[in-house]
Amino acid sequence: MTAFKTTSVEVRLPSRMGFEKVAMSTAASVAKLMGFREDRIEDLKTAVAEACINAIEHGNRLNEKLSVGVVLSAGADSLEVKVIDDGKGMKNKQAKPDIDRKMHGEEDPRGMGMFLIQALVDEAEWVAGANGKSSYVRLVIRLDKEADPDAEA
Amino acid sequence: MQSETKSKVDQLTSPAGHPVTVLRFEGDIASTSKDAVLGTYQGLPKETAKLILLDFTKVDYINSSGIALVIQLLMEAANSSQKIYAFGLSPHFTKVFTMVGITKYAGLFPSQAEAIAAL
Repeated sequence: MTAFKTTSVEVRLPSRMGFEKVAMSTAASVAKLMGFREDRIEDLKTAVAEACINAIEHGNRLNEKLSVGVVLSAGADSLEVKVIDDGKGMKNKQAKPDIDRKMHGEEDPRGMGMFLIQALVDEAEWVAGANGKSSYVRLVIRLDKEADPDAEA
Repeated sequence: MQSETKSKVDQLTSPAGHPVTVLRFEGDIASTSKDAVLGTYQGLPKETAKLILLDFTKVDYINSSGIALVIQLLMEAANSSQKIYAFGLSPHFTKVFTMVGITKYAGLFPSQAEAIAAL
């Protein structure tokens, strides 16, 4: 068996809404090269977009002098994505959105990004950076070879 | 950078004879889409537009801010005794809408034909 060498791709985004789509497209391209199924690529795209939106809006507070770093590390059977900003970091968990409370005005209609990230990838962790800088969210999505009809037995 | 959201309104009649208002969206649905989503909805006559279909066929990017706009639309519709249905979502966004609970307040259909036939 040959050892698999991790391949990294890095993207740097301005802290401006809309640029999350650049990271989203890059992540989708890397995942496609790795052989992820289309539905998993769609999950990854939404998770990466939401992580970048949080970094742009909450981490870097829309300050265009700051950039958001996106590091994609493709391993043998998983893709890790780190989204890095200059904020103080976010709480590690967000409750599942309660649509009834939202519909009755008891909960902000927004605030679903972290929930979506957690729900759509295999691992998600939020890490606060030292000195209140370089915080990141780390996402991992794994290749599900059993669900791939072309995978070798 | 975000692609502008376009919206347009069509009037149809269901096979059962009910007037149906269709809001057709095109482009991204994100934080910049407030006018296209909520503004267009708020421009509909509340007395006559009682069945409203949201057409997502030409939408390929919806983020959490866009989903929040759809929830705000559902809130306003519930307060005006309007019924909201949607069609044309990709399998992925059908899953996302289901995960966040939107399907409890808006029926989802694969196509316009299937939605209209059910109304």
